[in-house]
Amino acid sequence: MDTDRLTLMTLRRLAWPVVVLVPVAFLGIFFLWPVTNILVKGFVGGRLWELLHEAVFWRVLWFTVWQAAASTALALVLALPGAHLLARFHFRGRSLLRALATVPFVMPTVVVAGAFIALFEQFGLNDGAFRMRHTVWALLAAHVFFNLAIVLRTVGSYWEGLDGRVEEQARLLGARPGQVFLRVTLPRLAPAVASAASVVFLFCFTSFGVILLLGGPTRATLETEIWRHAVWRGDMASASALAVVQLGAVMSLVLVSNFLQRRRGGREQTRLDSRPMPSRRLLGANLGLLLVALGLPVLVLVERSLATGNGYSFDNYRALTVRVTLLPVSALTALGNSVLFAVVATALAVLVGGFASLVVVYGRRSLSHFFDFGLMLPLGVSAVTLGFGMLVALDAPPMDFRSWRWLVPVAHALIGIPFVLRTVVPTLRRIDPKVRESAALLGASPFQVGRLVDFPLAGRALAVGAAFAFAVSIGEFGATSFLPRHPDRLTAPLALFRLLGTPGDLLRGQAMALAVLLMVLTGLAVLVIEGRPSGRGVVRGDF
Amino acid sequence: MKRLVSFFLLAGLTLVACGEEAPQPAPEGIAGQTITLLTHGSFWVSEGTLQAFTDQTGVQVELLEGGDAGEMVASAILTAGNPVADVLYGVDNTFLQRALDADLFEPYASPALSNVPSALQLDGQHRVTPIDFGDVCVNYWGDWFDETLPPPGSLDDLIDSRYAGQLVVQNPETSSPGLAFLLATIAEYGDGWEEYWAALRRNEVAVTTGWEEAYYGEFVSGGGDRPLVVSYASSPPAEFIYADPPVESPPTGVLLDTCFRQIEFAGVLKGTPHQAAAQALIDFMLSDTYQEDIPLNMFVFPASQTAALPEAFVNFARLAEDPYQLPPADIEAHRNEWTERWTQIVLR
Repeated sequence: MDTDRLTLMTLRRLAWPVVVLVPVAFLGIFFLWPVTNILVKGFVGGRLWELLHEAVFWRVLWFTVWQAAASTALALVLALPGAHLLARFHFRGRSLLRALATVPFVMPTVVVAGAFIALFEQFGLNDGAFRMRHTVWALLAAHVFFNLAIVLRTVGSYWEGLDGRVEEQARLLGARPGQVFLRVTLPRLAPAVASAASVVFLFCFTSFGVILLLGGPTRATLETEIWRHAVWRGDMASASALAVVQLGAVMSLVLVSNFLQRRRGGREQTRLDSRPMPSRRLLGANLGLLLVALGLPVLVLVERSLATGNGYSFDNYRALTVRVTLLPVSALTALGNSVLFAVVATALAVLVGGFASLVVVYGRRSLSHFFDFGLMLPLGVSAVTLGFGMLVALDAPPMDFRSWRWLVPVAHALIGIPFVLRTVVPTLRRIDPKVRESAALLGASPFQVGRLVDFPLAGRALAVGAAFAFAVSIGEFGATSFLPRHPDRLTAPLALFRLLGTPGDLLRGQAMALAVLLMVLTGLAVLVIEGRPSGRGVVRGDF
Repeated sequence: MKRLVSFFLLAGLTLVACGEEAPQPAPEGIAGQTITLLTHGSFWVSEGTLQAFTDQTGVQVELLEGGDAGEMVASAILTAGNPVADVLYGVDNTFLQRALDADLFEPYASPALSNVPSALQLDGQHRVTPIDFGDVCVNYWGDWFDETLPPPGSLDDLIDSRYAGQLVVQNPETSSPGLAFLLATIAEYGDGWEEYWAALRRNEVAVTTGWEEAYYGEFVSGGGDRPLVVSYASSPPAEFIYADPPVESPPTGVLLDTCFRQIEFAGVLKGTPHQAAAQALIDFMLSDTYQEDIPLNMFVFPASQTAALPEAFVNFARLAEDPYQLPPADIEAHRNEWTERWTQIVLR
C-alpha cells in the first residue's frame, strides 16, 4: 500500500510538469510569440501617441466598448430564463433544446447577416419608425443571436449543480420569488455569470463580420479598424497601434473579470435535485423567447435552402455533392474538411484547456493567475493580428508552420481553449474540499480522488467546453481565410463565402443548404459530445 | 454604345488566326522541383490544368490560398524576403504599386507576353505579368427598364433624377468593386469627382460594406428594390450559368460606359530558390491551356489574345472597349486621401 502510494506520488510529480508545460508551450508558440512579433514589427510608439489625440480613435474605442457591453447585457438578460429552465426542470427534449441553442453560434456571419436582413424586410423594419437596418439595434440583435448560447450553457450547467434547498429555505422564510432570485440565486451564480459575461464581451469586442455587414458602412470598431488599416491602407503602424490598444483593453478586462470570479467563486456542495416538470406556461414562455431570439433567423435560412426555381425541393442539398466550377472541392467535401479540423481543434482545446484548468485551480498562485489570464487573451485578439503574427513569427525552422496544414485547427483551438477554461474552472473550484477530503480519508489515493471525484464532476463541464470549441472551429471564418492553405482543404464557411461571391440563384440556394447542413451537423455534434447518460454518474452530484 | 465592340468578335477573330500552340522547351535542370503558387481566396484552376505544366516541365506545383487580394498582398509584404511561396498570383492594379514599392518581385519578361495586349502590361520592368482582367461596371436589372425609362447610359445619367434611389454601390474603404467604381468616377471627372458624388448622394445612392450585401441585399436580383448595382462585367454570364430555373438569357445587363478595368498579375517572389521553375510557371500561366481555363473558374477574362472564350462568355459577356483606368502609382499615392474624402461626402 505504502509503496503503491509512493509510486503514485512520483507519477503525480512527473505528470504535473507536463500538465503545466503543455499549455505554456502551446500558448507561447502559437499565440504569445506571433502576437508579440507582429506588434513589435509594426509598432511605432509615436503613432500610438498620435492616435490618442485623434477624436475618431476615441469614438471608435467608445463604440467598441459600448456595443460589446450592451450586447453582453442583453444576452445575459435574455438567456437567464432559459438557463433557469434548463437547470431546474426536467422535460422531454431538454438536451435537444440545449443542442439547438448552441447551433446559432456556428453560423457564418455572412449567412446570419443575410437572414437578419431578410427578416427586417419581412417585418417591415427596413425603414420607418422601427427601422433596424443599418442601426445599432441590428448589430445588437445579431450579437445576442450568436452569444445567447454561451450564457445559456455556461450559467445553465453551473446552476444545475447548485443546491436548490437554499432557495426553498429562503422561500419558507417568506421571501418573494423576485427577492429569492436577486438576493440568493444571483449571488451564487455570480462566478458562472461573470465567466459567461467575460466570454461574450470579448467575442463582441472583437466581432468583425456582424459590425461590417449589419452595422452599415459608417460603424467601426477597433477590430474593423485594425483590418482596414492593415489590409486596405497598408498602414501597419496604425494597425499595430490599434492592436496594442485592443490588447490592452482585453488584458484589463480579463484581469477584472478573473478578480471577480475568484472573489465570488464560493465552494459549495453540488447535488442533483430531482427536477420537476416545468409548468406549461413557463415552458411556453421560454420556448417563445428562444424562438424569437434564435429560431426566426434559422427558419428563414431553412426556408431559403429549400426554395428552388420550381418551388420547394431538396435540389439545393443534392447539388452539394457535385463540385461547382467556382470551388476547388464539392461543398460536401468542404464540410468534411471542416469536421476534421473541428475534431482536431476540439481535441487540442480539451487537452490544453483541461490541463490549464487544473493548473488554474490547483496550481501555485502565480502560475494559476498567469494561466487564467494568458489563455483568455486569444479570445480578445483580432484574427488579423494573430494571422499576420503567425506568418511573420513562425517562418523559420524548426517552427516554419506557415503553410502547415494543421495551423488552421491550432488557430481554432486557441479560440476554443477559453471556452473550456471558462466552463471547467468554475466547476472545479466549486467542488467542496470536504468531498475530496473524505474520499482521501476513506483511503482514496490522489489519483483515485481525481478519477472518482474531480473527473466526473468536471466531465460535464469539459463536455460543454468541448462542444463550444467544436462549434467555434466549425464556424470560424476570419483566421481560416487569412492563413495560407491548400485549396482542397477548403472549409465549409469559406466555401459558403465563395458561393455567395458570384451571382446566380443556384449558387445562393446551395450556400443556404450548406449553411443549414452546417447547423444540423453542429447540433448533432453537440448532442454526441455531451450525450453521456445523465443522472447515472459514478458519484452522486454528477450533473 | 458606338465606341464599344462586342468582345466575342475580337476573341473570335484571334481564335481563327492561331491554331495549336507550340510547347515551349523547358529550361534545363528544373525537373523534379516543387514550387508553390500563392493566390487569393477566390482562385481556382481545373484539375489537370496544372498537371499539363508538370508533364511539360517535370515541376510540381503546390497551391496555397490566403485571404482576399488585399490580405494576400499585405501578408506578402510582411514576409518579404522569406516568402511562403515562389510565385504570387492575384495582385490587381489597385494594389499593384504597393506590392512594387515593397520590392516583392524578381523581374521576368515572359516570351508569351507577345500575345498580351500592351494595355494590360502596366509594369515596364516586368516585375509582374498580367494574367487575367475584368471590368467593374454598373449592372442593371433588365425588366425594370423599358422604352419610357431606358437603362442609364453613362456615369452622367446616374445623377439624373429619373434614376433617383436606384443605384447601390459599395464602400471603397472595405470593398474592391467599390474602390474600382470610385476610381472610375475619378478617371472620368478628375477634380470634379467630389461634386459628382455629392450629386449621387442627393440622388439617393445606397452604400453597403461589401459586394454580397449590395447584390443580394439591395439589388433586385437578390430580392432588393434597386435595379442598378456596382458589380462585374462577368456577372451576367454567371446569372445565366447559375440561373434557377434555367433562363434563355441573363436577367441583368452591364452599362459598358461605367466600367473600370481590373487587371490581375502574377510575379516571381524575391527570395525564391526556384527562380527558373517559377519563370516557367509564369510562361505556362500565359499558355492557352491555362488561359482558357480561367473564365469559368474565376469569372474573369484571359489576358492572352490567343485564348478562346467559353460559350457563355462569348454569348453574354461584354467588355468595355475603352474602360476607365488610372495609373497604379496614382492610385497608391492618393487612395487614402480619396477614400477619406469620399467618406466625408457620401457617408457623413
